[in-house]
Amino acid sequence: MENFSLILAIVVVTALAFDFTNGFHDTANAMATTISTGALKPKVAVAMSAVLNLVGAFLSVEVANTISKGLVDETGIRPEVIFAALVGAILWNLLTWLVGLPSSSSHALMGGLIGATIASAGMGAVHGDVLVTKVLIPAIAAPIVAGVAAMLATRLSYSLGRKADGKAAAKGYRTGQIASAGLVSLAHGTNDAQKTMGIITLALVAGGAVAPDSDPPTWVILSAGLAIALGTYLGGWRIIRTMGKGLTDLQPQQGFAAQTSAATVILASSHLGFSLSTTHSVSGSVMGAGLGRKGGVVRWSTATRMFVAWGLTLPAAALVGALAEYVTGLGDWGTALVAVFLIASSAAIWKVSRREVVDASNVIESDEPAGVVTTAIAAVTPPPTGTVTEDLTATIPGPPATTEPAAPPAAV
Amino acid sequence: MKIDWEALGSVFGVSLVVTVGLVALFTLGIMGLSRQERAAAQGGSAALAVTGAYACFAACAAAVAYGISLIVV
Repeated sequence: MENFSLILAIVVVTALAFDFTNGFHDTANAMATTISTGALKPKVAVAMSAVLNLVGAFLSVEVANTISKGLVDETGIRPEVIFAALVGAILWNLLTWLVGLPSSSSHALMGGLIGATIASAGMGAVHGDVLVTKVLIPAIAAPIVAGVAAMLATRLSYSLGRKADGKAAAKGYRTGQIASAGLVSLAHGTNDAQKTMGIITLALVAGGAVAPDSDPPTWVILSAGLAIALGTYLGGWRIIRTMGKGLTDLQPQQGFAAQTSAATVILASSHLGFSLSTTHSVSGSVMGAGLGRKGGVVRWSTATRMFVAWGLTLPAAALVGALAEYVTGLGDWGTALVAVFLIASSAAIWKVSRREVVDASNVIESDEPAGVVTTAIAAVTPPPTGTVTEDLTATIPGPPATTEPAAPPAAV
Repeated sequence: MKIDWEALGSVFGVSLVVTVGLVALFTLGIMGLSRQERAAAQGGSAALAVTGAYACFAACAAAVAYGISLIVV
């Protein structure tokens, strides 16, 4: 490792930071429904998910290899480019976490990578067709596929299982949810921890520390697994609340159908070679399950905000990545500036998040999720009149007017 | 640019069939157990329902095991 320069060390640390944000951003995917239906206590759920993520990280290196050997030309990529890409991805992850919206960490990462590559090597270095086939189409297909499957499964479950009640049923749905949530966690570990491994390996290749086309070194696998597990354990409670409570109200049957659909879609898609985003699949299946129950409602205002976030993920991360790459190109002080900017804006986002804390204790309270910025957006979005049926037991309170619509913190 | 519609279609089909099938199996299993619960409350037993229920759960467990094997390999 004689070529291990300072910039490489910075890239590795930033990549692990991204991995960490990826972990707490995506806890919701595996555990939101399990937590909101009460199948597992919040803390137990995130602990289980963290362990399975860690295990999953060690299971294969295939995804890591697609990243480090596929999307962009390896030749001519400098470690600074990867650093810039990671800055874009981390900031987008933190921002969406702040407003409590699930969005794909992979898209953020790809966006950052694309933006930084364009700023560094021009449009030609990005494979545009890969962008469409691997990013755009899957983003539209995933929620539809998972949603339709979850909706039909929910319908069936309610019509078949009318006579299923009592203790046995409750215990059964609980076990079923835990099993499918475990599968999602495991799959997430193999997929997303490996993305970071791929990125670190890409940086090591770019910096000349390992030979091109090599598999990730063991220390990379270990640290990436630990970072994602730690992030998962800390739990992105804001996103869990949106996914488990904000989109729709889930009963155990629905939670089970949603989680089974998500697990199936994720496994089927990666196995059949048409990778779909975990976040998109889970969100879709939660909405499908919401629609599948008679009298179930999907809060389209929340869903719309989520879709908007999905659409913005790639360009926003790309923009930040491109800007960061431009600044790092100015010299070593530029790189330092970007690093300081990253730390400062992360701290700022964290500080804003403390104004309204969401954690294990209040994650499944029935309030509409109302983050700082969410409140501001909700104020302009019309409420879902007409969709709230008499079936709701609790009325949804209007967005509390306690927080002033603060400006989004230090976005760019 | 080549969009692999075939792969997307098969993902859709497989996901739909597997999800609905699994949920149906699982629901049947739970129905069996509920029936046993009701029968036990009245002092009887429903051996057939319980056997069926465990067969359903075994099939679900097999699906989960297959899922894990997909992740590992």
